[in-house]
Amino acid sequence: MGADKYILRVEDIHKAYGDREVLKGVSFNVRKGETKVFIGPSGTGKSTLLRCINQLTLPDQGRVFLNDEEVTNSGTRINYFRQKIGMVFQNFYLFDHLTAVRNVEVALLKVKKMDAAAAREKALEELRRVGMEDWADHYPAELSGGQAQRVSIARALAMDPDVILFDEPTSALDPELTREVLEVMKNLARQGMTMLVVTHEMSFALSVANEILFMEHGKIIERGTPAQVREDPSFERMRKFIGKFADFGEGSGKEDD
Amino acid sequence: MTDVSAFIVQTLLYLAPGIVVTLSLVIVSILLGLLMGVPMAVGQVYGPKPLRALIGVYVWIFRGLPNLVLLFLFFFGIFPILGITDDPFVVAATVLGLRSGAYQSQIFRGAIQSIGEGQMTAARSLGMSTPQAIRHIILPQALRIALPGWSNEYPILLTDSAVCYAIGVAEILAKSYQLVSRTAEPMAIFLIAAVIYILLNYGGMRLFAQIEKKISIPGFGKGAL
Amino acid sequence: MTDAAFFTEVLIPALLKGGVVSLQLIALAAPFGLLAGIAIAIGRTYGGRVVSGLCHGYIIFFKGCPLLLLLFILYFGLPSLGITLPAFVAAVIGFILCNGAYNSEYIRGALLSVKEGQMIAAQALGMSRWQAIRHIILPQALRRAIPGVSNEFIYLIKYSSLAYLITVTELTGAAKIVAAKYFAYFEAFALVGIFYLILVSIATVAVGVLEKRLAIPGFSGK
Repeated sequence: MGADKYILRVEDIHKAYGDREVLKGVSFNVRKGETKVFIGPSGTGKSTLLRCINQLTLPDQGRVFLNDEEVTNSGTRINYFRQKIGMVFQNFYLFDHLTAVRNVEVALLKVKKMDAAAAREKALEELRRVGMEDWADHYPAELSGGQAQRVSIARALAMDPDVILFDEPTSALDPELTREVLEVMKNLARQGMTMLVVTHEMSFALSVANEILFMEHGKIIERGTPAQVREDPSFERMRKFIGKFADFGEGSGKEDD
Repeated sequence: MTDVSAFIVQTLLYLAPGIVVTLSLVIVSILLGLLMGVPMAVGQVYGPKPLRALIGVYVWIFRGLPNLVLLFLFFFGIFPILGITDDPFVVAATVLGLRSGAYQSQIFRGAIQSIGEGQMTAARSLGMSTPQAIRHIILPQALRIALPGWSNEYPILLTDSAVCYAIGVAEILAKSYQLVSRTAEPMAIFLIAAVIYILLNYGGMRLFAQIEKKISIPGFGKGAL
Repeated sequence: MTDAAFFTEVLIPALLKGGVVSLQLIALAAPFGLLAGIAIAIGRTYGGRVVSGLCHGYIIFFKGCPLLLLLFILYFGLPSLGITLPAFVAAVIGFILCNGAYNSEYIRGALLSVKEGQMIAAQALGMSRWQAIRHIILPQALRRAIPGVSNEFIYLIKYSSLAYLITVTELTGAAKIVAAKYFAYFEAFALVGIFYLILVSIATVAVGVLEKRLAIPGFSGK
């Protein structure tokens, strides 16, 4: 795959709930290995955008392509695309009745139809990758929020996805727990995982992102590299928004909304 | 009138006395159960240990035995031995009532226990005795909380009342069985009987829902239990 | 015959024989009653309008119709449509239909109590809706439904006595036959009562053990 080839293309996504237009035509492309971070005020459609990509929410208009294959309007083939597009949720959504390792292997067994031994091996490997191998036999109720989120990242990784969508992965976590999850995500980015991240963690955005996209009222208002955002005063809206979090450049980024 | 509707009307007319018997049986036994259930619940929560144990055994037996076995035991065994009466309706109402009392006591016990200690403490601090507090403060709240669970006794007793056919109570099922042996139309007649039960069930539930609405108090919703 | 001999040589052997029939009825009806309950609950919860409506109708009919009447319909009614069932089979079918209706209400409640995120997360991993229901939602729901379903199982033990009224000589029937023959109603029904109490108590303990074994942190079962 050439460096210029896009792994994911999102074209002109629109979504409305009744009269309320949540997304008003959002387009962007992602190259392999890129980390794109979406920031912006709450309720501006960032999470809806992620869900439109893997069709958990059906967009009213617009198309999504993964490796040049259309994800939108793909009928039952959507289950194939969803294997290739991992997702990590704000509230983890670990399967409450399964231990950590079984959370990671369940889709390997039931969706990918891997045999039990191979699935277990793969699941343990992914848990190791997020530093949760010692917790393999614990149930979700026995894990801290940060641990649960790391398991849910392992669960997404196990499917060998082309891209992972992170929907506010640390918003439900205390600052200490936030750090351990961000650490895992930074490592993934370094290892070349393609990631789309919706977050309020500005320090993460500024240090890890290849591009930061600022969304407001259902549209991408500004977009640029962290260096541009940091240095170019013309990124007025974004700089003002980031400034509100009082951690421009460094420090912990726990927001208050 | 077509043959079918004539048949239905004739069947309904024949079953009508059975409907009266079924409903009387349900009403008498639900009230008897209420009369027994409330004191037993109070006894089980506030009574001395031996009393609590005694009520516990009673509940265990009457909830553990099949309705049919209790009916046979009382109709063929206990009532004749005591020489009280051999009226099947009286026996049936007694058995259903004693049984319902065991179930109802557990509904009310749960409701009483769901009321915070503070209510009792506050009542006692006003100078009420424990029985006064139970009567004026605890029970009025508990009965309201218990109502949704308590209304469930109606469909249970309604469907269980059909078993009283086995000791010769002339209720709906017994009347349908009689009619079946005369007309050789078992399916049609039994299905009509089933529809009657379902309608009685539905109508009764509607009535209880109305009552629940009438006596509801803010803060004592269905979710209170 | 002495009193003791009546018990040891007549009543208890008869009840044991009847008890075996009761256990057969229960053992056949309980698993299928659970399956019926699962199927109806899923149909009612996730089915389209028609399936959901049919399942609702099923529940209204089989919860509203007294079990004994249902047994009469199956045993005395069906022959008029050319379907003749042995009494034992009619009883088992009746128990399954009725038990299924009651079970389905508990299971449906449990299905609805599973958090929405579980379905979303399963679908995000590429599971179809059906796969998600089968592998993620149902296992959780069934755990939550255990108290209600166990209760229905204990009811099933007691209601199995109704099979006698369509001529199946199970526990209650065996007692009735001996009681009538020897005019020993009180003894027979008191003893059969003890049999039922033992059965119900064993079932209660067994259900408690099962519940404990299936317990998972975070699932109170309530």
